[in-house]
Amino acid sequence: MSRTETSLKTYKKSSLSEKTKEAISGYLYVSPFFILFAIFGLFPILFSFYLGFQKWNGLGEMEYVGLQNFKWVLTDKIFWTSLTNTLIMWVLGTLPQLLIGIILAYALNSALIKMKSFFRVSIFMPYVTSTVAVAIVFGIMFNSQEFGLFNVIFSWFGVEPISWGTSWWGVKVAISTMVFWRWVGYNTIIYLAGLQAIPNELYEASQIDGATIRQKIQYITIPMLRPIIILTVFTSTIGALQLFTEPLIYIGRTYREEGITVVLYLYREAFSNLSFGPASAAAIILFIIIIIISSINVFIANRIGR
Amino acid sequence: MSEKVGSKKVSISKMFVYALLAIATFLSIFPLYWMFVMATNHNSAINSVPPAFIPGAELVTNFVKVIETIDFFGAIWNSLIVSTVTTIGVLFLCSLAGFAFAKFEFKGKNILFIFILVTMMIPPQLGLIPQYFIITKLDWLNDLKAIIVPGLIDAFGIFWMRQYISSNVPDELVDAAKIDGCTNFRVYWNIAVPVIIPAFATLAIIRFMYIWNDFLWPLVVLREESSFTIQVALRGLIDNYVRDNGMILSGTFWATVPLIIVFLLLNRLFIQSLTEGAVKS
Repeated sequence: MSRTETSLKTYKKSSLSEKTKEAISGYLYVSPFFILFAIFGLFPILFSFYLGFQKWNGLGEMEYVGLQNFKWVLTDKIFWTSLTNTLIMWVLGTLPQLLIGIILAYALNSALIKMKSFFRVSIFMPYVTSTVAVAIVFGIMFNSQEFGLFNVIFSWFGVEPISWGTSWWGVKVAISTMVFWRWVGYNTIIYLAGLQAIPNELYEASQIDGATIRQKIQYITIPMLRPIIILTVFTSTIGALQLFTEPLIYIGRTYREEGITVVLYLYREAFSNLSFGPASAAAIILFIIIIIISSINVFIANRIGR
Repeated sequence: MSEKVGSKKVSISKMFVYALLAIATFLSIFPLYWMFVMATNHNSAINSVPPAFIPGAELVTNFVKVIETIDFFGAIWNSLIVSTVTTIGVLFLCSLAGFAFAKFEFKGKNILFIFILVTMMIPPQLGLIPQYFIITKLDWLNDLKAIIVPGLIDAFGIFWMRQYISSNVPDELVDAAKIDGCTNFRVYWNIAVPVIIPAFATLAIIRFMYIWNDFLWPLVVLREESSFTIQVALRGLIDNYVRDNGMILSGTFWATVPLIIVFLLLNRLFIQSLTEGAVKS
């Protein structure tokens, strides 16, 4: 003991003990993440995979049932409805968001514009409001009665009141609108950052070569913006597949089929029906879907990049 | 009129750009404005054709009804505690880990870092059900700890801090401090921390907003009203049989105001941080 102490003292500034100390500190400083992740991340994930093969109501004994939960989920009409709904709302809410985001970013990046920061802050504001508040406000605006705000606006153009809350497309359009409204400004700002990172010399050089605006966009803007576009497609797709708050607030505890999403289905199975086995199976299926769609994204992105 | 003929094309495209941005601004702000209008009107003014478009006089009445329906201030307080404590914890743990990854040498460093990056790709719902049972086992249901402690894991935060420390804290400074006999923690605290204040600000905003807005997890683990965060509490407003929209929107409006104030105060930093993050990653 005393020998180690003296040796530590003697070699206090030697590289060996410094290295060891550094390594110890290193492990110590990164350990909180791994400890917390083991408890609240990794273990639950592994347990989900286990639970997917068990029959369990949360209280009694678990019973191994093989693939029965997966079979149950995959033959449940509502699950397929929830998957279809999720994909439809992904297309309706996300694709326009990215397209309009690019257009707005292009407009904001235009050198002609004054009051830039005013426009930027206003367009970004929806992102700062809470999802629950957005869902409640739009839920009231999409009231199916004739006094619902959207129905009032449509009535100015002679359109009969639309039953937003109960019709197959009405519910999806309403929820997609909430998603669109909240995220379009966020994507605009991301694209704006991408546009600002493109060196001006490229445009100047093309100007000298006599390039048209269309050519500039096609040969400079789009290729330079490609990594950012891929990033936003990636993040918004994963976000859309996890849609939960908006549909829950809008369609409420009835979990209406017109608006149920995969995560809502998972939540309902687990915490309303206490069917933890099927719910875990649904979680695993969602995970697989996310992996597949992400891989397709990466594949397409790589192809475009070449 | 006094403009030259040649500039006509420019001014048309300029007008087009302004019109586009004006419409986008209007559509972005209108729901917030309308929320305020409804928060100040009686339910009957909302349920009439056409609904009210200018503020009314029911600001106080509606808010009093909100307080009678849900524990508004209690929920705001819970949200504030949860978001603040989590944010401070995340800043400390992520900067410490980021510092170790950026400036220390230890075996398996790269593998550990890649592992952290991989965890970012896992959807949080995958472990939702077992997480709920862990919280139950720990007896943390209806306890704010259930939000705070799991909220301390932040892979993006560690990634962000490592990138920032790598490029902004010089190795020479770290080595010099060590030669002067500083402990590793002193080096982190006295050399790294003062330099990475901007990275703290960015991460703080992102994390605070994320926890403040989180809904699914609080909904699962907070079942008693006294523990509700504002997001969960707001839901209580629409669960009534009698839908008083003036009251409901008063609740959502006042729950949104603090966020918008914080955003407007920090907006420069906020948008700058977002754009920085986008370019770097």
